[in-house]
Parts: sequence; C-alpha cells; structure tokens
Amino acid sequence: MALDLAEGAAVQAPGMKPTDIKNPDYFHKVVDCQWACPAHTPVPEYIRYIAAGRYTDAYMINWWSNVFPGVLGRTCDRPCEPACRRGRVEKEPVAICRLKRVAADNKDDVRDRLPKPAAVKNGKRIALIGAGPASLTVARDLLPLGYACVLYDADPHAGGMMRTQIPKFRLPERVLDEECQYILDLEPELRLGQRIDSLKALLAEDYDAIFVGSGAPRGRELPIPGREEAKGHIHIGIDWLSSVSFGHIESIGKRVIVLGGGNTAMDCCRTSRRLGGDDVKVIVRSGFEEMKASPWEKDDAQREGIPILNFLVPKEFTHENGKLTGVLFEKVKAEYDARGRRNLVPTGEPDAHIECDDVLVAVGQENAFPWIERDIGLDFDKWDMPKVDTVTMQSTNPRVFFGGDAAFGPKNIIWAVAHGHEAAVSIALMLDGKDVKIDRPPPHVNLLSQKMGIHEWSYDNDISLDLRYKVPHAPNEITLRDVKVEVELGFDRELAFKEAQRCLNCDVQTVFDTKLCIECDACVDICPVDCITFTDNEPEPLLRTHLTAPAPNFEQDLYIADGLKTGRVMVKDEDVCLHCGLCAERCPTGAWDMKQFWLDTAKANDVCANRLAAE
Amino acid sequence: MTYITKPKLHHPALPKNSLGYTHRDYEGRISTLCAGCGHDSISAALIQACFELAIEPHRVAKLSGIGCSSKTPDYFLGQSHGFNAVHGRMPSVLTGANLANRDLIYLGVSGDGDSASIGLGQFAHCVRRGVNMVYICENNGVYGLTKGQFSATADKGSKSKTAVNSDSPIDLVSLALLLGATFVARGFSGDKKQLVPLLKAAIAHRGSAILDVISPCVQFNNNPESTKSYDFVREHNDAVNRIDFIVPKAEITVDYEPGAIETVRQHDGSVIKLAKLRPDYNPHDRAGAMAFCQAHAAKGEVVTGLLYIEDDAQDLHAHLNTVAAPLNGLGEADLCPGAKALDAINASYR
Repeated sequence: MALDLAEGAAVQAPGMKPTDIKNPDYFHKVVDCQWACPAHTPVPEYIRYIAAGRYTDAYMINWWSNVFPGVLGRTCDRPCEPACRRGRVEKEPVAICRLKRVAADNKDDVRDRLPKPAAVKNGKRIALIGAGPASLTVARDLLPLGYACVLYDADPHAGGMMRTQIPKFRLPERVLDEECQYILDLEPELRLGQRIDSLKALLAEDYDAIFVGSGAPRGRELPIPGREEAKGHIHIGIDWLSSVSFGHIESIGKRVIVLGGGNTAMDCCRTSRRLGGDDVKVIVRSGFEEMKASPWEKDDAQREGIPILNFLVPKEFTHENGKLTGVLFEKVKAEYDARGRRNLVPTGEPDAHIECDDVLVAVGQENAFPWIERDIGLDFDKWDMPKVDTVTMQSTNPRVFFGGDAAFGPKNIIWAVAHGHEAAVSIALMLDGKDVKIDRPPPHVNLLSQKMGIHEWSYDNDISLDLRYKVPHAPNEITLRDVKVEVELGFDRELAFKEAQRCLNCDVQTVFDTKLCIECDACVDICPVDCITFTDNEPEPLLRTHLTAPAPNFEQDLYIADGLKTGRVMVKDEDVCLHCGLCAERCPTGAWDMKQFWLDTAKANDVCANRLAAE
Repeated sequence: MTYITKPKLHHPALPKNSLGYTHRDYEGRISTLCAGCGHDSISAALIQACFELAIEPHRVAKLSGIGCSSKTPDYFLGQSHGFNAVHGRMPSVLTGANLANRDLIYLGVSGDGDSASIGLGQFAHCVRRGVNMVYICENNGVYGLTKGQFSATADKGSKSKTAVNSDSPIDLVSLALLLGATFVARGFSGDKKQLVPLLKAAIAHRGSAILDVISPCVQFNNNPESTKSYDFVREHNDAVNRIDFIVPKAEITVDYEPGAIETVRQHDGSVIKLAKLRPDYNPHDRAGAMAFCQAHAAKGEVVTGLLYIEDDAQDLHAHLNTVAAPLNGLGEADLCPGAKALDAINASYR
C-alpha cells in the first residue's frame, strides 16, 4: 500500500475518479428540481403526465410525495424553480409550482386511489401537536399502517398556518379542505380546539410517541415609542391574518402601512387592499432587492397598486389622543464593510413621517415553547430552540419528535411535509425497537432505458424553445373586492401543455457504457451544449477548463468514465445538459443510453414492509 | 436518422470569434448519415476551423459530388453557398466557379468513390491545374450508400463482413503529390486536434490543398480486419508532425521542444508552426514525401499530418493571368469591350 502511494506521488497530480453512478445521489443531483425539493418530489415524471393529460396520475405522484399538491401548487416557496436546469440554459425555469396546481385542478376523483383507514390497529398511539402540514403528514403516513394518531390543535379546524396565515385569495378554502379531508378520512382522533399547555402532562398519558408540529406561532414585536399608546391600530401581521381568516376582522382603515419585507408582509398588504385599505404601502428597512419575500409575491403586491418603499427604518409610532396618526422613519442607506457585511447607516436626511390609520407589523415570526417544561429530558439550545436531529427529527427525549416550523424555525410548507415524512419513519422505527438512524430504509431507486426504437424514446426529447408562460390572473376590479376571490386563475390545459413541454426531462439520464464506446466523437459533435469531451484525465480544476466548453459551475458534477481504448476519459459536464438524447441517437454502438432515473424517498410504510419481510 | 432538429439552446458561455459568432452559427442542418459516421466529425472539424478563422459564412462556397461524403455540405455552414454536382464532377464545377469569382473560399467535399473511382480524371486535372481550393476526400474505403462494396481506396487484403478486397488501392495522397498539389495532408476523423489545424492551414493556402481524411464507415467498414476502422487507424497512425496553425498577428503560445519546431509562412502572412514528430521527415520535399508515404503504406502504417507544402505556391489564376475582379463585379464595358478591342486581340494572333 505504501509502495502504491509512493508511486502515485512520483507521477503528476492524479486525475478525477470515475463517477460511481450506482450511488443514488449522483443521478438524483442531476434532477435538480427533485434534489432541491425538501420532499424530493419526482417533478419531471409528473410534468410528463400533465403533458400527456394524465392529471390524476400527476396528482397522485405529488400526493404521495408532498401530501398537499393543490395547496402547494398555489403557495409553495418552490425551491425547485431556482434549481431548475432550464434557468441555466435560457432565461427562466419551468413553472413547476403552477403545473402542480394544474394536476390538482384537472384531476378526477382520487378517493379510490387513496389509502384506507387501517382495518387493524397495531396498538401504538401517537399524539400530534398542531394540525398543520407537518402533523398531517405524519398522520397520513402512519394512520394507514395501524397507528392511532391523536391530532391536537388550538384552532377549530385542521390545516394550521395553511388555514390561518395564507389568505384565501391565494388559497381557496375548498382546496385546503379537500386535501385536509383526505387525511381526516383516515380517521385520526381529533382534539381540535384543544390547546396543549404542558408537554409533561401529555408525556404522562399513554402515548408511545409525541410529534410536535405546532409551528412558529408568535409574530415578532416592534418595540418602538408609541407602540403601547397606539396599540388599538397596530396589529401583529400573522395574528391579524388569522383573525381575518376566521372572520373576526372584516375591515381596516383606508391608509395602511405594512412594516416588513417577507411573504407575510405581502399577504398583509394584499389582504388590507381587500378590507378597505385604499392607500396601502409596504415599508422595509433594507433595499428592495434584499427583501425576504419571494419575487413573485412582490410582483403580485405591486400589481395591486401597493408601493414598496425601502431603506426606511421605523423610529416611532405617532399618535394623538391615543389614536395612531402615522409612523416616523429614519432614512438609511446600505454600506458594506471590508468583510462585505451590509450595514444600514443613516443618510442624514430629515426623518420621514408617513400618515396612516393602521399599521401591520410583519417583521418576522418566532417559536414559542412556554408549554414545554425544561425538566423532561428535552434539551434546548442557546437560542431556546429544542435540540432536534436534522435527519431523524428526534429530540433529546426519544419519545418526542419535531417537524415543520417548530423544529428549526420558520421555513415553509414543503419543509414541514418533508419533516413529517422523516418523523413518521423515525416513529415507526422507534416503535419497532430499531435504531432511528442506522435502520432508516433507503430510497426506492430505478434506472430504466427509454429506448423504443433506433431513434425513438419513450419521452419527448424535442426541446421546446418557448419562454416561460405567465399564469393568467383575474382582474383587480374583481379580486380586490372580495378577500375570498382567488387571484390566480391557473394554467388552462393548453397553456399547461406548452409549459410542461419546456421541462427538459432531467430525470432521463445520459448513461455511458465505456465498453461499447469506439471513440468516434459522434456524441461530442452533436451535443447542442458542448457538454461532452474525450480527453486526458486531470485534477478537477484543470479538467474543468480543458473541456469542449468550460465547466465553471462546481456545484454541478462532472460525469467521468475511464477504461477507453485510447486511455482517455469521457467527461460530461452535467451543468447544462438538455437531456435531448442526441448523444444517444448519434451513438453507433449504444454506448450512450437514455435511462429514466426514479427515486422515491422511503416512507413509514417501508419500515413496516421491512418488518413484514423479516417476519 | 435523427428526427428532431438540434436544439437552438446552447452553452451559455460559448466563446465568440471576432465576428461575434459562436461555433454553433457555423452549423448546418442535422446530419442524416448513420450514427457514428466519421464524416460527421469532419463536418464538425470544418465548423470549428471556419469558426476559429472567423470566416464570414457568405464568403464560402461548398461544392460536392455524390455519395455519403457529398451529402455533408448540408450539415455545416448552413449560411454559405453550396453546389451539389453530378457524380465525380465536382472538380470541374469548382474550377469554373473559382475562375468566375476568386474571392470566395472553395471547399470541395468529396469521397473515395466520387474522387478515386468515377471522378478520378476530374480529380487529377483540377489538382494539376492548381485550382485554389481545399479539396477534402472523406475516405472510408467503401461505397456506403450502396451498402458497403469496396471502393478504389480500399487496401488490398482489407476485409469487410462478407468479402476480401483483391484490388490495389489508389492512394490519393501519393497521387496528389505526383500531380503537383502544393498542399497535401492526411488526417483522421477521430483526431480533431490534428484535423482542425490542418483544415485551417489548407484554407489559408493559395493553390490546390488536398486533404485525405480517413473517415471510418461505422456501418460497413469498421470491422476488426478493415484497414479503415477506428481501431486500425488509431493503432497504425504514424503522424509525422503536429501543426499549430497561427493566424497573422496571433501570439505564438504553444511550446514545443526546441529544435523540433519549424515555422512556415504562407502568402497571406499566416504562419504554420510545425512540430516535427519525426525529425527525419521534410514536408518540403515532394519526392521524399512520396517515397516516405509509399514505404510506410507498404508496412501497413497510415502516415498522417502535413505531408507536403510548397511555400511559394501559385494558383490557376496566376498561371492564366486572369483579371482580379470577380466576373460578377465587372461592368458591361469590361465584359464587352467592343469591336476595337476584339480587333486588337485578333491582330495580336496574326
């Protein structure tokens, strides 16, 4: 061994190692959207189903993976879209999120495809705290397997923040009700309207496991002068949205200032426009570009005539006779220090006073666990957050699991779903007496050739050059009148088809078989994005500059295959591959093949399947 | 055959030449040749050479005859002029076009059947006249379009799936040397590092530049006993030199072992840097080149590289002392100078 090393050191720096395509992560990463999705939804597969008009099949792929396709197709934070390869070869990614909605809008009745309540219970009882997306996912995964799930929530309906914080003009109630009902049909025990005030007390009950999916329910305060005096017209954003959702609040003053630059602020300002706010402004401390809100949510707000003013730091709520009169702002600018950190420094200009009747404060949310005792073996970190394992979702009390915003602070629905799946796996493992880390079942993976004929594939490999299609909106005259009228109309079937055709089918992988290659260069010559090279092997940084076209994106792998007759290596830069299959079409020996990669993350039912197989 | 069009989407960081074009702008329609055909690699090499030379596509005329090779001008330089001639008759059409307009760059694209069988006479005469052109013979040793019979360049003893060739081969390199070509090279479709600089140097050459490019026929002549297969050519490739074609003003950046480098300056000021892989090989010696190629061919070796170059080559226009302007640029007064001029010409012959 030592001799090998000595010999290796004598020759020049070693080239790259051949790619291990048997490692599921390799091809999974190539499917950028699926890799970026916390729940790892097989996106290209459902998009193909949409293109084929098989909306129900598309819906079911989503439902198994992300539980709330109709909700997410309207509200997801879409981590898949910035990752989409299409955005690297032309201007914009595929409208993945809104295609998901198409599946939900156009599906048939799916109830006969859904799991049924367990015929036989297995005697295990699990308490789920909070009836939001995380807990509902755990319930969906465990109920059909025979676990008894008891669903607690302070609110009278299931849905959590999807119901209380997302305005109905973005997410109609019927869509949420439908998808919650699919889970309620699995017959969890419902303890709605029942707030949990003590985890210790709950642990003393006969539950085998407890899942905490109680969200991040506390809106951050803005303690500046005047807050107390003018409190009648200053509202915390998420509480106010919740009151609107439940019909407790039906109006707001004509002039409204929304403080904060996140998606909650966008929901607050747009809701205000519908409750009587004629002059609604969003005012943020930072610059417009640095706002946390998703770009499309900012667009939607601006489209409704809501200006976004930036670089204004609130100093004081002004008031007269106990009534709010406006907000005083300090004008600031961004300056960057030597380490590139941004500081907001006063410009020296006079403060700006902006008059208003109501203020909505949407400057962030926090977790709040006053109901979790600190002597129950459940450790908290220095930020007063529970210590939770990022893979197993288990806390330091082995019977207690966390998920959603309750686990690691405010994220979004799709993360809550992903946490729910993993927590369900952990709970099933733990209750089987297995190790929640070591015994986790692997994902389901498959790799299947798509070859149908000499140059025919079972997927449409002709690349659409269409630019991203816009989702049609209902006109402001209609939508601004009623807080319950949905703004987005969704793609119709024709638009959906065209948008679906923009998908590059990144799950159909280019798989190379060195033994068959005769090094004729046909693939190199035909590749429209110059991503294939046959060359001498080198260390990665050098190799990346010596390819047919440079490969500067280190986040995207190089696919390396060795064993060629000339001693060279095949290098394929995965970065901008169109998955058009032309390399495989022009390959005379079938050394390239287009194979569909399928990956389905393991769920709780796999734990049970493994157990049954063992028995 | 591929049915989809090659997607227009391209690598976001493709280099552009001085005209602002990427190499994709020099492409033609998608190839209808068999998958893996060497000819497609030659098309790709031509695209790369024209891109690197920043040639304006409208300044190129592609001419071809009949055969797999002669279909290829459709697959590169889609914005250039093209003429698909009768079988074996591309050289005379090219000669005529060149006489009418010397300002264009002429790419004659032919194959072993089109050049060495039906068109052998045409080939011989356009070479000996010194027509300013790049004549590329995409040489696979078989008639691909008629299902793989041996062609005139197939080596004696070479085997196909069903037959053994018993005829003597025509070596187009030796023939071109014999006929007075002023630039003679042989390349291999599977080695673009060698082929692209050869094509660039040939395009810059004034005179008959003949490139014999071994281009395996994957369908009919890539079997183990063939002498025109990928494996055979790779194993028996005897490259006498490597050239690095340098355009005028370009910096010379490639480093070779001192003493092994020769620079050849062409009439347009461009410079060819020649790295000698065989120190004994002299590419300025026509007779020596012929002997070398014959001797190595007898040993079953495929000699490649720039085999012969005449530094002060002259072309047909110089021989004939023709007018410099293209005929389409001459006015009526020049083309029909009148009775007096005719009388003067007639008088000069009395």
